Amino acid sequence: MSKQLFLGDEAIAQGAIDGGLSGVYAYPGTPSTEIMEYVQGSKQAAELGIHRQWSANEKTAMEAALGMSYAGKRSLVCFKHVGMNVAADSFVNAAVTGVNGGVVVVSADDPSMHSSQNEQDSRFYAKFAMIPILEPSNQQEAYDMMYTAFELSERVNTPVMLRITTRMAHSRSGVERKPTKPQRGVSLPDDPRQFVLLPAIARRNYRKLLAMQDVMVDASEHSPFNTYTDGPKHNMGIIATGIAHNYLMENYPNGCPHPVLKISQYPIPRKQVEQIYAACDSVLILEEGAPVIEELIRGYMNNGKPVHGRLDGTLPRDGELNPNLVARALGIERPEGQPIPDVVKMRPPSLCQGCGHRDVYEALNIALEPYGTGRVFADIGCYTLGALPPFNAINSCVDMGASITMAKGASDAGLTPAVAVIGDSTFTHSGMTGLLDAVNEGSSITVIISDNSTTGMTGGQQSSATGRIIDICKGIGVDPEHIKVITPLKKNLDENVRTIAEELKHNGVSVIIPQRECIQTASRKAKAAAK
Amino acid sequence: MKNDIVLAGVGGQGILSIAAAIGHAAVSSNLNIKQAEVHGMSQRGGDVQSHLRISDRPIASDLVPAGGADMIISVEPMEALRYLPMLSPEGWVVTSTTPFVNIPDYPPVEDVLAELRRLKRCVAIDADAIAKEAGSARASNIVMLGAASTFIDIPFERIEDGIRALFGRKGNEVVEMNLKALRAGREHSEKMR
Repeated sequence: MSKQLFLGDEAIAQGAIDGGLSGVYAYPGTPSTEIMEYVQGSKQAAELGIHRQWSANEKTAMEAALGMSYAGKRSLVCFKHVGMNVAADSFVNAAVTGVNGGVVVVSADDPSMHSSQNEQDSRFYAKFAMIPILEPSNQQEAYDMMYTAFELSERVNTPVMLRITTRMAHSRSGVERKPTKPQRGVSLPDDPRQFVLLPAIARRNYRKLLAMQDVMVDASEHSPFNTYTDGPKHNMGIIATGIAHNYLMENYPNGCPHPVLKISQYPIPRKQVEQIYAACDSVLILEEGAPVIEELIRGYMNNGKPVHGRLDGTLPRDGELNPNLVARALGIERPEGQPIPDVVKMRPPSLCQGCGHRDVYEALNIALEPYGTGRVFADIGCYTLGALPPFNAINSCVDMGASITMAKGASDAGLTPAVAVIGDSTFTHSGMTGLLDAVNEGSSITVIISDNSTTGMTGGQQSSATGRIIDICKGIGVDPEHIKVITPLKKNLDENVRTIAEELKHNGVSVIIPQRECIQTASRKAKAAAK
Repeated sequence: MKNDIVLAGVGGQGILSIAAAIGHAAVSSNLNIKQAEVHGMSQRGGDVQSHLRISDRPIASDLVPAGGADMIISVEPMEALRYLPMLSPEGWVVTSTTPFVNIPDYPPVEDVLAELRRLKRCVAIDADAIAKEAGSARASNIVMLGAASTFIDIPFERIEDGIRALFGRKGNEVVEMNLKALRAGREHSEKMR
């Protein structure tokens, strides 16, 4: 087959389809979103009857994938790194239940926080759960890894993590495909109690998981994705993982003079690590994200051979790597071009002209004038941009759903009125349970669910909340008298300010739902309709 | 051969279409390619960039090394300047002169153009005007691709094919209009080199 140009995310999606996938479960999150979108757009996936609907959040996605595994089929879970936190409960326990059909969890890390709240390294989670990790360095490897990852999962009886970073996810290159494997049929686990984590069973399963660790290490030592390449200069050996390996090779176009261990499958291959450590006077560790391998090799006492990397300042402790940073670590000169002229100004992202969130913030700012600033708890989505000028409207953005619960806590502390601003998709992702807490206690908060009927920030994916928000709020127990639907348009400004001001006075839970479709989604729909 | 290109602009200006057309041309010329893009939050009216690397040898890094870019293609003049640290001493800047003003402190356009004039290797063209002349104001990104094409070591016919592949779904009229924009950009660039 000839090569096709694939984004890293697309290579993973196609690798999963060709690897015998039966269902993909995901919640949108940069840089992972395009995996599900590719499967949704794939004719082949449609013909194969592959499940490909968005889930309400990452935890429901992980659990549904585990259910599909229980039923014998192969499933894929995709989210961004902070989605890993949401899915963690089921993720960690899935290593204890084990799998029936193979399960692969793609966690897309975002070092340098291009589009995120932190730069946590998902490899910690896999180590915590004691499962293998695959970390591709290019699109072909991403495809090949995904193509075989289900078998690895079934062989070691745990989910397998496929860890990617922004550059891997959103970089395009040529990929050669392989023949599509058939899906597995429905089949129950051999042991009907495998997935019942009662303490007695969990203890037995956990010991099995511990015993499996040696098999995982052996798999890494024999993995085609881990390679040892010798070089003449043994004063330093280099361990490079995933995409960091590319930056190393960029600096040595004719081959690296030092021995290089490329690690793309974990647990780290002990034999090869021992080999490079024994052969060289010092070790340089290049890894994208946190110094996971570096800490392991260096050890707490750091009393072995010199180990260089992010911990000793050879590389920055934070942020993503690039060819220049790695060049500096290698002692290679790579001068940058001219500096940026002073005339160049920052151009931060901003809410689109005509976006309904703008009208919400304009009205909210006016309504809050009598109370002063410092009482608006926002959430994750386009509307987080309300933090920037000209609105300067929000005081927090922490995690999915934290707006409502933080407003509640602040209100409990006596900061009233306290306001939460949350989007429709974020509300059904993680806002509903917090609203229930507030209703149960009659907390004095005003919750604004800014409903644009889509998951806007990630490009307009279907929102689980569409058409359901009012009923959900009523069902949770919000007094219908204090559920107000408004239309965020310039011409309604005065009326909207009045509505918000009234609810700010209410000593209890109010929900205001500004409803107007995302202008990006609306214009895409209009274009599609015109065709 | 090796072309390391940094594409620059503002979210929504169509730099990914430029990348896609060159990418198609590179693949059909049996060249290796890597192209890194940024999605997500920065797309909302912020500055955006894409790294595009084409070579007849294997390409290691997805990112162009800073100081190593052979060319900056920008659809906005201030954005062209933002990536000067990426440019190699022999590299070219190919940019549109039409400013995209969506920030309150956008500098006087004359100051921006003066900085561009100080560059030794720069092709600055009024892409919007050329695009309008060619039939569509929206094709200014394709005008810039045409202007940059004289610096890309891929036969121009392949880039034309890239345009056909990119816009084929939208019908022959759109394809022809974009080809016209592409050729107009190329002509202007040839005059200025």
